[in-house]
Amino acid sequence: MKRGSVAVVGAAESDLGLVAPGTTPVDLMAQATFRALEDCGLKLSDIDAVFTAASQLRMPTLSLCEYLGIRPRYQDGTGIGGSSFMTHLAHAMAAIEAGLCEVALIAYGSTQRSVSRAAASPREYNPYESPYKPFLPATAYALAASRHMYEFGTTREQLAEVAVAARQWALLNPMAWEKEPLTIAQVLAARMVSYPLTVRDCCLVNDGGGAIIVTSAARAKTLRQKPAYVLGVGECLSHMSISSMPDLTTTGAAVSGAQAYAMAGLAAKDVQAVQVYDAFSINTILFLEDLGFVKKGEGGAFVANGGIAPGGHLPVNTSGGGLSYCHPGMYGLLVLIEAVRQVRGECGARQVPGCEVAIAHGNGGVLSSQVTVLLGSAATV
Amino acid sequence: MIDLKTQSPNAIYTAHCQAGELAYQVDLDSGKAVFYPRAIAPGSGGARLEWRISQGVGTVYATTAIANRNAPSHNVVLVDLDEGFRIMSRVEEIDALAVRIGMRVRVRMAPGEGDQPPYPVFTVLGDAA
Repeated sequence: MKRGSVAVVGAAESDLGLVAPGTTPVDLMAQATFRALEDCGLKLSDIDAVFTAASQLRMPTLSLCEYLGIRPRYQDGTGIGGSSFMTHLAHAMAAIEAGLCEVALIAYGSTQRSVSRAAASPREYNPYESPYKPFLPATAYALAASRHMYEFGTTREQLAEVAVAARQWALLNPMAWEKEPLTIAQVLAARMVSYPLTVRDCCLVNDGGGAIIVTSAARAKTLRQKPAYVLGVGECLSHMSISSMPDLTTTGAAVSGAQAYAMAGLAAKDVQAVQVYDAFSINTILFLEDLGFVKKGEGGAFVANGGIAPGGHLPVNTSGGGLSYCHPGMYGLLVLIEAVRQVRGECGARQVPGCEVAIAHGNGGVLSSQVTVLLGSAATV
Repeated sequence: MIDLKTQSPNAIYTAHCQAGELAYQVDLDSGKAVFYPRAIAPGSGGARLEWRISQGVGTVYATTAIANRNAPSHNVVLVDLDEGFRIMSRVEEIDALAVRIGMRVRVRMAPGEGDQPPYPVFTVLGDAA
């Protein structure tokens, strides 16, 4: 695929946080779609491809197309967890380049806060894991954290720094769920979930969704918003269950990131705004390492002393992330939306000055699927 | 090649557990240990999977303790068996938070809940490494 051949031209959240009883995941997808179309100035009838994933829907593209009353000529319901939407963007790019479609909708919705996480994301029985009663997904990430602490001396305080930085960014985002400051001491003293992760090391459980509109670079130039060009994409699937992950301290992001950088002709040093899927505090440390922002094993020191908080040496998860802004089950689409907004320069108090390149990294399952997207402004293509 | 109309990898594994044995497979094409049990070997794609019985000794690779609201924490570990395969399990007869990465552990079978089959758990072997 050719860097910059397509762009994200519309981006919007649905209502977030806690929605009214009876609201469905598809209501949220449709609401976000309406807003994303308004954002770019396209009409529903312009959409000729639909991409979606949702744990509450068995056949999500069917549900969304029925609801919207459209019959797109291309569709893809790939579900690999929270990174599904980065994969959808990569697949939309390929489909647009191949002439299979011209205007792609990527949408997501979840009501997991309303209906409970257990009801929204039922887990498969695994005879080689379930008898031990892992509290998934938290336990899987806790195991990875334990190994990172053992190999590299990473501390619980450094994990807590990730949550505190996310909270500081969230306080700059009017859409964020969390509204109060958070300290390292509060993270450490919070209710333990799966050691070493307390509830403050774990993502929020919210309702919410979003939508983005993707089209060719040529058409993007005719639309309302500054295009966020897709400069690079990369995907890596490494395992399904945590007991089958080859190395708990190196994720598939090392592969997906390298693919995305190679396609874009860029390196980590060229990225001004970093959005990585922070389902748990350890994620941010792992992905900063695997995506090349810091050497393997040095992520803990990198995030310490407010390193990734506002005013730190690298702006990471500027929306407040899954830890403090919003986490509706599969948060990847909201990661992409924040990256689009940073490239456009419309983030207000949390805007990264001079942001020309943003990275949006998605994670799915239990560090299972890793998908990296690099977005850039017109100056980068 | 296993005949899936007459037996499943999981049933063979479970029968070994009922006999007090931790079974695993070796991919004769690659020489690598394979776990969980499969019909086809991962990576090589070969069908020459040979069942073997583990000596049951391994090293804790990763550990966590899950907090429970009305009961003590319970431990979940990943154990690297000396034969070169990794399984999820728990270490018993030790406080959940006292389990350390690098501990040497030995397998035993725990009774399954309800009508579930027995399954492998571990105890600490001698002095912690």
